[in-house]
Parts: sequence; C-alpha cells; structure tokens
Amino acid sequence: MLNFVLLIFIYSGIYALMAMGQNVITGYVGLLSLCQAGFFAIGSYATAILSVTYGWNFWLTIPIAGVLAALSGVLIGLPTLRLKGDYLAIATLGFGEIVRNILNNWDSLTRGPMGIQRIPMATVFGLKISPYEKWGFLVMVWIFVLVGYLFFRHLARSRMGRALEAIREDEIAASSMGINTTKYKVWAFALGAFAAGVAGSLQAVFTLSVSPGTFTFMVSIMVLCMVVLGGMGNFLAVILGAFLIQFISYFPQLVGLSNIIPPQFKQVLFGLILVVMMIWRPQGILGRAPRMTLNPKKKQPKDSDGGEK
Amino acid sequence: MILLETKQLTRAYGGVIAVSKVDFEVEQGLITGLIGPNGAGKTTLFNNITGLDVPTSGTVHYKGKEITGKSAHSICRMGVARTFQNIRLFKELTVLENVMVGRHFKVGTSPTKGRFGSVLKSFISLGNEEFEMKKEALHWLDFFELGELSDELAKNLPYGHQRELEIARALATEPSLLFLDEPAAGMNPQETEHLMSTIRRIRALGITVVLIEHDMKLVMNICDTITVLNYGQNIAQGTPKEIKRNPLVIEAYLGKEDE
Repeated sequence: MLNFVLLIFIYSGIYALMAMGQNVITGYVGLLSLCQAGFFAIGSYATAILSVTYGWNFWLTIPIAGVLAALSGVLIGLPTLRLKGDYLAIATLGFGEIVRNILNNWDSLTRGPMGIQRIPMATVFGLKISPYEKWGFLVMVWIFVLVGYLFFRHLARSRMGRALEAIREDEIAASSMGINTTKYKVWAFALGAFAAGVAGSLQAVFTLSVSPGTFTFMVSIMVLCMVVLGGMGNFLAVILGAFLIQFISYFPQLVGLSNIIPPQFKQVLFGLILVVMMIWRPQGILGRAPRMTLNPKKKQPKDSDGGEK
Repeated sequence: MILLETKQLTRAYGGVIAVSKVDFEVEQGLITGLIGPNGAGKTTLFNNITGLDVPTSGTVHYKGKEITGKSAHSICRMGVARTFQNIRLFKELTVLENVMVGRHFKVGTSPTKGRFGSVLKSFISLGNEEFEMKKEALHWLDFFELGELSDELAKNLPYGHQRELEIARALATEPSLLFLDEPAAGMNPQETEHLMSTIRRIRALGITVVLIEHDMKLVMNICDTITVLNYGQNIAQGTPKEIKRNPLVIEAYLGKEDE
C-alpha cells in the first residue's frame, strides 16, 4: 500500500516536469501543443540507448536526452509556429505519432515494439537508486522537480517570461513592440521539450525498460489536463495538477476496485474533468500566478510611488 | 527633412486594391494627419509601413534606408512605433508590465543585431535590469498620469486610459516616429481635448507623429499637414486650410454636387 502511494508520487514528479514544460508552451505563450509524449519518448529512448548500447552513465545521458528533445522541439517548432490554435494542435499531435511510429519501426536502433530492457539503474556515489527502493527514487525525482520549478519560476519572472506572455496576449502588438515573436516561440518550445526530455530520462531509469507503447497520445492529453486542472501560467499549480491527475488515474488500484473500474475509465474521467473545469473554473484550481506588483507589502524601489504630479 | 516616405506603395488583396500607388511623405518634427472615408486604405497604409503587412509593390524609406517588407519587430527597433485602431493591450498584464514590454528590446540586446543569444540574455535578466526597466516604464506612465494605476491589470482600465496606455507603451520604445491609428475613437469631447494636448506634448519631445483620425476638429486643430486617401489613392495633401477648400476632398466626403 505504502509502496503504491510512493509510486503515485514518483509518477507525479515525472509528469510534473512534463507539465511544467507544457505550461511554458500553453500557459505562457498560449500555444496548444499536443506532443509532450513525443519529447518524453525521445528523452526516454536517448537514455535507454545511450546507457544500454553504449554503456553511458545515467547522469551523462540526462543532458543529452534534454537537448535531443529540445532540438526536436525546435525542429517541430520552426515550421509549425505559423499555425495557430487547432491547426497547431493537429500538427503537434502528428509529430507525437511520428515519433512513436519511428520508435516502432527503426528496429536497428530502438528494437521496435519489443523496446529496450535491462536499463542500468541510476547511481549516486556508487549507491544504486533502485526503483524497487521507492523512497530513494522518490527523493531523486522530486529534486528534479524542485530544480525544474526554480528554473521555470525564474523564467516567469524574467524579461523573457514577460515577452512570452505578451505574445500570448497579443502577438501582433508584441511584434510591434520590437519582440521577435518567432524566436521566443521557438525557444519556448525548446524549453518545454527539454523538460519533457529530462522527464523521459527519469522514466527510463524508473521502469528500467522502454517500449513505444508507453508514449501514446494519452500521455500528451494527461499532461495537458494537469496544466488545465492546476492552472495555466502557474508552475506550482501545474505540479498540483500533476499529482491530482496521477492520483485520479491510480485511484481504482489504490482502493482495490481495479476489477470493477476498468483502466479505460480514467480517460472518460479526464475528459469529464476538462469539460467541468472549462465550465466552472477555466482558470484552473489555483489560477494564474499572481502578478508581480510595484507596491506590495515587500520592499519597493525608492522612486516607485509614481503618484506625484 | 523627410523622415519617412512611401513611393508608389501598392497593396492588393486578390482583386481588391486597398492601397494604390501611394506617395506619402512624413516631414520630421511635424504632426501629419491621414484622413479619408472608411475603407480608404489608411490602416492598410499604416500596416504596410510598420511591417505588419507586406506591400505588393512600391517602397518605404525611413531615414533614407529602405525598410520595405522588413519584420514589424525590426522596424520598431529602428524607431517606428504605433498604436492600433482597436486597442491591442496585453490585457492580462499589469499596466506597468505593458509599458515594460515596450522597453524589452532596449535592454541586454543590441537593437540592430538580434542574435541567437538575445533570448538567453532575456532569460538571465533580473535585478538591476528589471529595476531600470521599471523606472523607465514608470516615467512613461507618469507622462500620462497613469502612475497610480501601475499595478492594475490593463483590461481593468477605463477606455480612455487604455488608449493612453497604448500610447505610453509605444513611447517606451523611444521612437522617432509614432503612428497613432484613430487615437480619439470613442472618446468624449473632454477626453479628445486632453488627447490633443498630449499629442502636442509628444511632439515637444521631438517625436514626429502621424495620425489617422475621423474627428475633424482634432485633425484640423493639431495637424501641420494632412494627407487625404480615397479608394486607396492619395488625392490631396497640404495644410489644414488647403485641405478644407480642396474640391476633391469635399467630393470624397460629401459626394459630387450634380446628380
């Protein structure tokens, strides 16, 4: 039982990373992308192939996984970012499926539908972080989430974050204010993909095997649900969303009702959650992160009381 | 000195010619009015000059350099800012943040060379840079007496203030040339009066202003020179007095006398 709860937390962490990436793309730039599963897969396979075939250390494969995912993000981003809304969603959905099909068919590299097994465990100073000892793995995953959160929180507060939000609010106005919107959108895609790639790496050393069946379209939808449920444009909310969605999807097993409630039921539930949220709380449970203000209770810049006339 | 000129600028959408062979000049330091009946191609001309649209043929020169077909962001960086007919604020951002976006390209990046690293630099920016940006942005808010509203979301401002905020945001890019697309639309007479004094203050800063406007009182009052478009063509230009008497202009607005 405890093991099962820990498992939920581990998956929450892995998905939280992906959801934070999605949040950059959807919550900040306002692009509906549906290919986090593709980037996730690229990260997973990068770690799997590098560590099994080439014997690399897990820690070295993480940056490669992230960068490969980011590069493919740029690859998909450059041609498709002219598209908006539904059209971008369809194009990115296609990309996710292409990745899965490549994994299924490039036998010499990915071993096709069989996938890659016996991925070596991650080690820290000679200590194995075994997925069977869940506490250790849990801590490792959540350290990644923490680092990711700090990274993205910085992004949100930086000049770049503001540029991304300006693009979301009004792309034409943003470009008329001197912002190179294409460049920022591509970077947002790359960062979002990077996070998913790293999440994929963690997934690989957690399940110790990868196969194309894991990276279905459902994964992208789950990630999107996490962002919508938690609150678009709020990285903390997205982490909460990741936990809630994972909790809901494992709930039947957790309470021992998996014989009665079929696993497919969670897909119905996700759809229901999306509809309900859109009607009653479109901003998500926590909503957008509060805006930074000039005159908060905190210290303020000396000449900020701009009321003198 | 001619700050900006278009030569034979044409923009056709399929068979519809929105702007047809327009020669349009903007003299430095003056307030230029661009008037004409609805659908005359005024906004299309603005869009083609500011890079939001690409001319079918013809050229645009700014400070002697050709800028035809350049992207909107690079034209803005060269010193041409604009506002929009239907207000385009960043609604969910605060008033201050809106103006700070106007300062965005002024920090950390060289305005002419938009190198690969510029996005990275904007990611690393915090602290001092942000403080400077806030200071500059507040300066422009104070110019419009909007300083007290700095923490409000832009969408919550009353209409007149939204118009002003949009101008403040454009001014924050430190333009030499400012295009205002119907700045007085939807304003009451007092607000329009206030806007006129604001435009004069902007000119006093050494900024050349071009404005599209339907409010003839405003146009005739503050414009040094007026260009009239009709059916995409430049039919007249001159001082307000000349324009008022020009038979072609009267015809465009009121129709021909016979029939």
